[in-house]
Amino acid sequence: MTSTDPWRIHAVEIRSVTPELEGLFTYRLKLTSPLPRDAYRFEPGQFNMLYVPGVGEAAISMSGDAESGGGWVHTVRVVGNVTGALARLQVGDQLGVRGPFGAGWPLAAWRGKDLVLVAGGLGLAPLRTVVYHVLRHRGDFGRVWLLIAARSPDRLIYRSEYADWEQHDLDVQTTVDRAPADWTGTVGVSTLLLDRLPLRDPAHTHVATCGPEVMMRYVARSAENRGIAPDRIWVSLERNMQCATGLCGHCQLGPAFVCKDGPVFRYDRMRPFLAVEAL
Amino acid sequence: MSDSPAEAAAETGSPAVRFLPRTELQTLLDELRRRGYTIIGPTLAQQAIVYDEIARVDQLPQGWTDVQGPGTYRLERRNDEAWFGYVVGPHSWKRFLFPPLFTVASAERTERGWKFQTPEDEPPAYAFLGVRACELAAMAVQDRVLRDGPYQDPAYARRRSAALLIAVNCTQAASTCFCTSMQTGPQCTAGFDLALTELPDGFEVEIGSDRGAGVLAACATSAVADEQRRAAAALRQRAAEQQTRPFDARDVPELLQRRLTHPQWEDVGARCLSCTNCTMVCPTCFCCSVDDVEDLVTGAVERQRRWDSCFNPEFSVMNGTQVRHDTPSRYRQWLTHKLSTWHDQFGTSGCVGCGRCITWCPVGIDLRAEVDAMRESAP
Repeated sequence: MTSTDPWRIHAVEIRSVTPELEGLFTYRLKLTSPLPRDAYRFEPGQFNMLYVPGVGEAAISMSGDAESGGGWVHTVRVVGNVTGALARLQVGDQLGVRGPFGAGWPLAAWRGKDLVLVAGGLGLAPLRTVVYHVLRHRGDFGRVWLLIAARSPDRLIYRSEYADWEQHDLDVQTTVDRAPADWTGTVGVSTLLLDRLPLRDPAHTHVATCGPEVMMRYVARSAENRGIAPDRIWVSLERNMQCATGLCGHCQLGPAFVCKDGPVFRYDRMRPFLAVEAL
Repeated sequence: MSDSPAEAAAETGSPAVRFLPRTELQTLLDELRRRGYTIIGPTLAQQAIVYDEIARVDQLPQGWTDVQGPGTYRLERRNDEAWFGYVVGPHSWKRFLFPPLFTVASAERTERGWKFQTPEDEPPAYAFLGVRACELAAMAVQDRVLRDGPYQDPAYARRRSAALLIAVNCTQAASTCFCTSMQTGPQCTAGFDLALTELPDGFEVEIGSDRGAGVLAACATSAVADEQRRAAAALRQRAAEQQTRPFDARDVPELLQRRLTHPQWEDVGARCLSCTNCTMVCPTCFCCSVDDVEDLVTGAVERQRRWDSCFNPEFSVMNGTQVRHDTPSRYRQWLTHKLSTWHDQFGTSGCVGCGRCITWCPVGIDLRAEVDAMRESAP
């Protein structure tokens, strides 16, 4: 139970803006008023509502380190009014934040297991919170693969960090839909990587995926073919979110409020609803 | 025997019931106002019976009734002077507990940025007069959605806890009523402060709370004669018996989940105008949107919440694309939410059987017929 007003907005200041790609920026936001030490605590996989006054709110997943305490980190793609207005703000400008909201990745259930993280495009943003968690608690997990798919090599985000992740014993693999002549890596969809992954023990392996919905459905199918049961496949879904608290109705998918019951779901629970067109 | 109805109830163990003469209803209204309540009750406006602020009994729709059918609502004169001789109109109490337009937050410019506030409004203490059993059930549904979940709508909670509910039992039913199928009526059994059954010369009044007993104590009431008790019970029974259209709601939650791709959705989607009327008149629909409204002079911004509807094309828009891109998919969302997934989310149906969505549908779609059509044929 929360005792605070779900509509309460906190003022934050933009501390840094990092251009990732064209129309894709990473913001570090810090609260403007002094707050308790755990003010930035969140569960990997949760999201915030970013608010540009006069324009509106957008649900943006956390993409920073849940344990750093150094502010909110969000990677935002310019797709609409709110994200467009956000892109016009600069370091030192203020905006509003509500959050964190939603159910995140089931880190406790993953302890001691092998982990396959499959990211498509900006889907790496919410999965990066898992990567940072794994880096901090590497001993809690078995083998960890990170499979990253993008349209082209220049659309791979956070690319400068991959080497560091690999040094922490993460197996980072990339694939692209279309490649220039100098690309020596894999070309094809993410399932191509998953299909040939040298899994040790599928019965003790979890898959977590975030990306376009159709990609996640293929990832789940591929994982099942590899012997990973659907109750160990986790997807991060997206819908129109406005209140973030299950009170406005917009984000419903079957029985779920994606904002409140998700955005991370166990795949077997949502598969029947993802299979119905326009549900 | 005690003079206090509440004490009498405690002594006998049965609900305290008193008789309130017709002439004393105004006393009841006066007492509510003396206690600071804003009374909302049925009134005649725009050729319908709608809820509005009242102070006097002559503002009630005395001698009028409503005749309802799919896509039809019409007022007619009664052959008596009953104050509550109608069923339900297009309004529900939702508009007072969960206002159609409400400022949930505001933003003011400061030297360096923004100051945000969530206004703590002080709503009036409402006394609702004429709450039907299906409407009590609807409030219980909205309590679960807006008040009792992990997140609470504070504006709703404030209004709800202050509100005094004077229910009036239905003594007749419309062709669109199906509270007996949804097991929400017609008799008010819980959740009220007072529950009235209107008789020719007054009201049989059941006391549901100490607050109700306190208000009633200001009126000259008397013991209920056996004859009055029998007459009131017979009138309530009539409201049940007039509901003749069978609708078996028990297996509907599972049935609809097995019919998500049934051709009937296309069929009803071809008739449905996606006009949102059903969701606006529904006493449990809670979908809403929040828009920024900027004062062009001061630059101050209000975040205004307004009722929205799953029938609006923009409702499901994600990254510029409508998830539910046609009317069949929107009707499916509405009906499956109302009758099926509401159970998963809130442990109750979202439908209370009031029939408003049938009456106020401009093309007369009856959700019962749509469910029946899907029951009769597998996809």
